[in-house]
Amino acid sequence: MNNRIEKRIELKAPISRVWRAVTDYREFGEWFHVKLDGPFVEGQVSRGQITYPGYEHLQWEAVVQKMEPERLFSFTWPHPKSLDKAEYALGDHSKDPTTVVEFRLEKTATGTLLVLTESGFDGIPGDFGLEAFRRNEGGWAEQMKNIEKYVAKAA
Amino acid sequence: MLQKQRSSPAARGRTRAPVFAALGDETRLALVAKLSGAQPYSISQLTKGFKLTRQAITKHLRVLESVGIVHSVHAGRESLFELDPTPIKEMREYLDFVSEQWDEALVRLKSFIEET
Repeated sequence: MNNRIEKRIELKAPISRVWRAVTDYREFGEWFHVKLDGPFVEGQVSRGQITYPGYEHLQWEAVVQKMEPERLFSFTWPHPKSLDKAEYALGDHSKDPTTVVEFRLEKTATGTLLVLTESGFDGIPGDFGLEAFRRNEGGWAEQMKNIEKYVAKAA
Repeated sequence: MLQKQRSSPAARGRTRAPVFAALGDETRLALVAKLSGAQPYSISQLTKGFKLTRQAITKHLRVLESVGIVHSVHAGRESLFELDPTPIKEMREYLDFVSEQWDEALVRLKSFIEET
């Protein structure tokens, strides 16, 4: 069973630009939709507040693993059992299972290839808080379609 | 007569154990594949085709049972094992959900980089 996520995306920008968008905490916050308290520092906890509409009650807490300039940025982050506002507020998040997120950058002829992976789902329980996700499923799928349309038009 | 074993609260609690970890083994994956025919199998039937002892197969089945992927059913003196695809389905749905979030975030990253 595949327990790893991998995404590859070609960006029409030099590797230095992509590195900054991914590792500068303000720039990361812009596109990820999170308000971070401070810069990413290898080996340190990064804290903040999610700003994505509908998920503003979620805390951002990740541990930066690696920052190899213009090559690799990685962090571990928790997967709370439920994203539902009330259930999330009651939960003890110190024991949430974590996964590893990696951003790898490679120079290409036209810009930069970004390879994103998320792994380590082995620690996630079987009856994970899917009720909360199901409630949002339609919303996410719908939003994805809108973005695809928007990107197709813009291209 | 087939009689489903009532799972104790402790057994239900154990279904919170990691599903992916339980499936991270060739033999267990092969057992799941064999059981996916939707009919219950006895341990002897399941042991056929494996170069493993009955005891070893039983041990693997217990691991799958502990995460709720497999249930045992009593048929007379024999224990039959059947597949419960729910935990696998739920994990896949969760992975799909996380995957969709990344698709969306990367689209935002792309426009952020290419339009600023």
